Amino acid sequence: MKILVCISNVPDTTTKITFTNDNTQFNTAGVTFIVNPYDEIALSRAIELCAGGKGTVTVINVGESATEPTIRKALAIGADDAVRIDAAPRDAYFTAFQIAEYAKEGNFDMILTGRESIDYNGAQVAAMVGGFLDIPSISIIKKLDYDGTTATLEREIEGGKEVVTVTGKFVASCAEGVAVPTIPTMRGIMSARSKPLVVVAAQPIEEVIKVVQFETPPARGTVKLIPAEEAASLISLLHTEAKVI
Amino acid sequence: MSVLVYVEQVDGKFKKSVFEAVSYAKAIADKTGTSLTAVSIGNVADSELQELGKYGAAKVLNVASAELKNFVNQAYAAVIAEAAQKESAEVIVLSNSFTGKGLAPRVAVKLKAGLVDGAVELPQLDGGKFLVKKGAFSGKAFAVAELISANKVIALNPNAFGVKESPVTATIEAFSPAVQPTDLAAIVKEIVRATDKVSLPDAELVVSAGRGLKGPENWGMIEELAGLLGAATACSKPVSDADWRPHSEHVGQTGIAISPNLYIAIGISGAIQHLAGVSSSKVIVVINKDPEAPFFKVADYGIVGDAFEVVPKLIEALKAHQA
Ligand SMILES: Cc1cc2nc3c(=O)[nH]c(=O)nc-3n(C[C@H](O)[C@H](O)[C@H](O)COP(=O)(O)OP(=O)(O)OC[C@H]3O[C@@H](n4cnc5c(N)ncnc54)[C@H](O)[C@@H]3O)c2cc1C
Repeated sequence: MKILVCISNVPDTTTKITFTNDNTQFNTAGVTFIVNPYDEIALSRAIELCAGGKGTVTVINVGESATEPTIRKALAIGADDAVRIDAAPRDAYFTAFQIAEYAKEGNFDMILTGRESIDYNGAQVAAMVGGFLDIPSISIIKKLDYDGTTATLEREIEGGKEVVTVTGKFVASCAEGVAVPTIPTMRGIMSARSKPLVVVAAQPIEEVIKVVQFETPPARGTVKLIPAEEAASLISLLHTEAKVI
Repeated sequence: MSVLVYVEQVDGKFKKSVFEAVSYAKAIADKTGTSLTAVSIGNVADSELQELGKYGAAKVLNVASAELKNFVNQAYAAVIAEAAQKESAEVIVLSNSFTGKGLAPRVAVKLKAGLVDGAVELPQLDGGKFLVKKGAFSGKAFAVAELISANKVIALNPNAFGVKESPVTATIEAFSPAVQPTDLAAIVKEIVRATDKVSLPDAELVVSAGRGLKGPENWGMIEELAGLLGAATACSKPVSDADWRPHSEHVGQTGIAISPNLYIAIGISGAIQHLAGVSSSKVIVVINKDPEAPFFKVADYGIVGDAFEVVPKLIEALKAHQA
């Protein structure tokens, strides 16, 4: 079995988000980049499914050379090898197209991604890869089992879940529940240095979207404190003042 | 040119978020001087389809085929793309629901269209540009994206635009698109839906609790408060990690991002990763015994106190208020 896991290089979750160049660019100064937390879940499930010699896990990242430490982290977690498509990931459409182009050649049984990246929160790449390859995609899954030919997935829906099966190649985006993220061991970190990481040129594709401006949310007002003894008055404030109940 | 809106149904009914998407799509149609068509897939009665007229859908394409009864994004994307071509629609609007998130990107690929997911405002049509604002960096910022492709797909966040009436009489037209067997390769085996609970992503009111509640046995009062308010329940990440509550309730940067009208956070510290997913709530109430809890910095109303004393008082007050 061959599994391809898509890895996004994202700012650490504690990053204070600021912008430069008249709010047109994310300010990367002093920012630590990590493997997107949802992608870690996807990767960990892929490693579990391949454990005991049942298959191999390849991670793929669309990014410039600066993302290699993040790719090495994915290798340290337990991927067998890695691919970097050498381009700045312009947007999800571009990124998904590059991944699909690579996957066409690779004969992967499944392609896994995280449900979304924590920077652009697009939740787009998995389904777009499915679209470009014209294979099924199941987005925002909570569970993934595979018997070698058929996958059984649980997909989140509003107020419940849906059980979906698919035979043959597919793409899925993973959310919490699919696996507990694996923490790299010392041995994993050491061996990651010598695992193969190939760099592939990007393919041209038309531009469909671009981010022109960033904004930070307006500061919230100050808190109105209610003494604990008068907690009951909160209800009337929510009714008469805030008008939300 | 026209605007097409996909109207997602649940057991033959449309939810509020669908009427929001229709209202939003109608506003785009008005802005661009075109008409609005809705496309519905699945088994929906004509009387329910007529409801779409209330929000401005002049025409409804109704796809009632039995093989498309359950949601398969590959097949649904093919239907929506064909409907868009039939209607010469350049702008396609969907709800940014779980279904919409799986569907919108495939529609975008089919139509070679740019996609803005999680849109929070009406597009700005600025000197020929088509600009749409969306949340980014897990709610820590907004990004304004320009859709430069001829076709454009927008997935609207729940609670972002509201429902606006714009009554017309909807003409319902049966629509039978060509669906390939390969588009139906993913098979829905089972659907499990808790009908008695308010679903978190759509909820207008949310009562959420964290590790301050000490254990799962103490959630009774949280559920009682939520029940009285008609609110959904949510939790912080350590709570779902410890299996006190299901993962589907976990909100924040790595959970669900929500923007309800009211978010009540009980015994939650307000870590940056938690705030990321909830800070766009309209009104935030924080109950925490630690006056230094970071959550108070973003709260509109705060009570410094023990949840085990405060929440029962709120329940009593609410019962009195509702009596
Ligand atoms: C990569 C990453 C992603 C993450 N994503 C998320 C996410 O999506 N969502 C999320 O929530 N967290 C997330 N976290 C975790 C986050 O950093 C915090 O650890 C978490 O939000 C803390 O949850 P808590 O506030 O419930 O618990 P605690 O930090 O333990 O805080 C409990 C609070 O309860 C208060 N309290 C205690 N007893 C009482 C009482 N009797 N009455 C009233 N108040 C009381 C305390 O004063 C304290 O403020 C993430 C972390 C990482 C590293």
